[in-house]
Amino acid sequence: MAKQLFIPKDSSALSVGADKVALAITLEAKKRGVDIEIIRNGSRGLYWLETMVEVATDKGRVAFGPVKANDVAGLFDDDFLNADLYIGEKCVCKNPLSLGLTEELPYLKNQQRLTFARVGITDPTSLADYLTHDGYKGLGNALKMTGVEIVKVVTDSGLRGRGGAAFPTGVKWNTVLGCESSQKYVVCNADEGDSGTFSDRMIMENDPFVLIEGMTIAAVAVGATQGYIYLRSEYPHALGALNSAIEVAKSAGYLGDNILNSGKAFHLEVRRAAGAYVCGEETSMLESLEGKRGLVRFKPPLPAIEGLFGKPTVVNNVISLATVPIILDKGAQYYADFGMGRSRGTLPIQLAGNVKHGGLVELAFGITLRELLYDYGGGSATGKPIRAVQVGGPLGAFLPESQFDTPLDYEEFSKIWAVLGHGGIVAFDDTVDMAKMARYAFEFCAIESCGKCTPCRIGATRGVEVIDKIISGTDTAKNLKLVRDLSDTMLNGSLCALGGMTPYPVLSAMNHFPEDFGVKQ
Amino acid sequence: MEASALKIESLISEHQHLPGALLPLLHAIQDNIGYVPESAYSNIAKALNLSVAEVHGVVTFYHHFRTHKPGRHILQICRAESCQSMGSEALEAHAKNCLNIDYHQTTTDDTITLVPVYCLGNCALSPAVMLDEEVYGRVTLTDLDALIEDVKIKVAA
Repeated sequence: MAKQLFIPKDSSALSVGADKVALAITLEAKKRGVDIEIIRNGSRGLYWLETMVEVATDKGRVAFGPVKANDVAGLFDDDFLNADLYIGEKCVCKNPLSLGLTEELPYLKNQQRLTFARVGITDPTSLADYLTHDGYKGLGNALKMTGVEIVKVVTDSGLRGRGGAAFPTGVKWNTVLGCESSQKYVVCNADEGDSGTFSDRMIMENDPFVLIEGMTIAAVAVGATQGYIYLRSEYPHALGALNSAIEVAKSAGYLGDNILNSGKAFHLEVRRAAGAYVCGEETSMLESLEGKRGLVRFKPPLPAIEGLFGKPTVVNNVISLATVPIILDKGAQYYADFGMGRSRGTLPIQLAGNVKHGGLVELAFGITLRELLYDYGGGSATGKPIRAVQVGGPLGAFLPESQFDTPLDYEEFSKIWAVLGHGGIVAFDDTVDMAKMARYAFEFCAIESCGKCTPCRIGATRGVEVIDKIISGTDTAKNLKLVRDLSDTMLNGSLCALGGMTPYPVLSAMNHFPEDFGVKQ
Repeated sequence: MEASALKIESLISEHQHLPGALLPLLHAIQDNIGYVPESAYSNIAKALNLSVAEVHGVVTFYHHFRTHKPGRHILQICRAESCQSMGSEALEAHAKNCLNIDYHQTTTDDTITLVPVYCLGNCALSPAVMLDEEVYGRVTLTDLDALIEDVKIKVAA
């Protein structure tokens, strides 16, 4: 029988040569006359180990990594296909790349993967694989329930918007459910633009059906018949995975005019964004979907009441929607039993930047930054001390070492004037210049501002100019005060989070790292 | 009518009836001919019942759309925080220096257009660059040289 091998086709794995490894293994097997079957799975999210090749055994999959194409002959020489021999402490075979059973790797074993339950295990484009691994159980349950019942389950689970704003998902759905309208929409915000985040990308590339299922449940709950996934243009692999999964779901009756013979219709289409960060803001995204410039709208009206094309619209992030199926499958209480305080369930955390073991860590809320950075991340990639971390993307605060014991929880972060955002953590070693980071925050805001409100449009540019003066040592004290005044205006006067939160990285850098701004200690 | 104008006409009729048709149409045009020529604005505007100013406004609002023909390959370097923490600034400087161009410019031999990008979602393997539609992670200066060299060889062949 052919030996089964798993080689990821996730774009991060491809970025370090997964395709080359797959080709090298295919050629080497042919040369040696060995019968193998390669399955292109998703990535487990242990990215420093990519390309991670797994070999199926009766005891589970055995991992080898990070494999480069030129390691392949050596792996065959060491009989890696007889992966049984690589299991356990006293295993007879050794290869520098052997990692043992994948599921026993502490980085993976200690996680609580709910949203990411299938990621890295299945072939992302195989509906059969999805169904074997509990796929579409949530929708099956939802189709037996009323809209009100579905919304109650989502509300009781405590799920809050994982895009960053943390608004209770069930409350949003309930508003749309309560609206009378001839047409309602479900829109998935897949414009994941925060640096240090890739969980949306991973879901879309590695388990696209779970997003489709989540959106279908949302549509069934609120009575929507059309859905759009607004996907950033920087993710061509996610586009391919989603489109192929949508086609498969359509032809198998999971999408279309009569989903699973329920009499309910739901149509789904992927729309490509076009490189504007501000379109991650929900009203700007709706404008963009309507074919306009992505200018932020005034709220109210809420998108739940007057959203896409003026109709009631559920707008949720990828992770929020992809978490719905497991909630409908296992129940609200199962999900709510994870987490702390008002942050229920799990958060797919993304460890990025200058960290040794970068990757996806899904855990219940409550773990501290320090545990993540050192127990999971293994410290900095460069081996130098970690001086600062930015949590929550380019609009998130910089945290110094003294705040590393803060647990990941929406409210705990808010107490220290920081945000969890979309769960991205970017580490910086001690070579970072925080004045430069503050300047970059303003620069990014200036590049990405939609231009509708003055504090953001003008403030960001003025911010760059003032920080430049501080960097050059001109009237430091006066200009630092000016940055604070400007930040106050942006915080309180901006229309959306872009201008309104740019002061988070700027002021946190100034507050925690004054020495970088020419302030004598 | 030249080939690209004909192509644009057929793309307009293919997309004009979609709800919110403008972005999908602009994507289709750029995917097919590499950019969105200003000469197409008036036909797009007519088909979608918009003003030329509105079309211009949308094309120029989004970083992704180009109004001029790019080089044969597009090299995007990530400038976002995660990549900065792993030395992307050195990559940017190196690329500009080797190619002898700045961002949004094309090499004189028309081979590479250099574009900044703000996150490729490859942040666990920073720094990252994207060549056309392929992402590369943990990119060193030597890797970047090899990538550029590969492109030049391919174009010359």
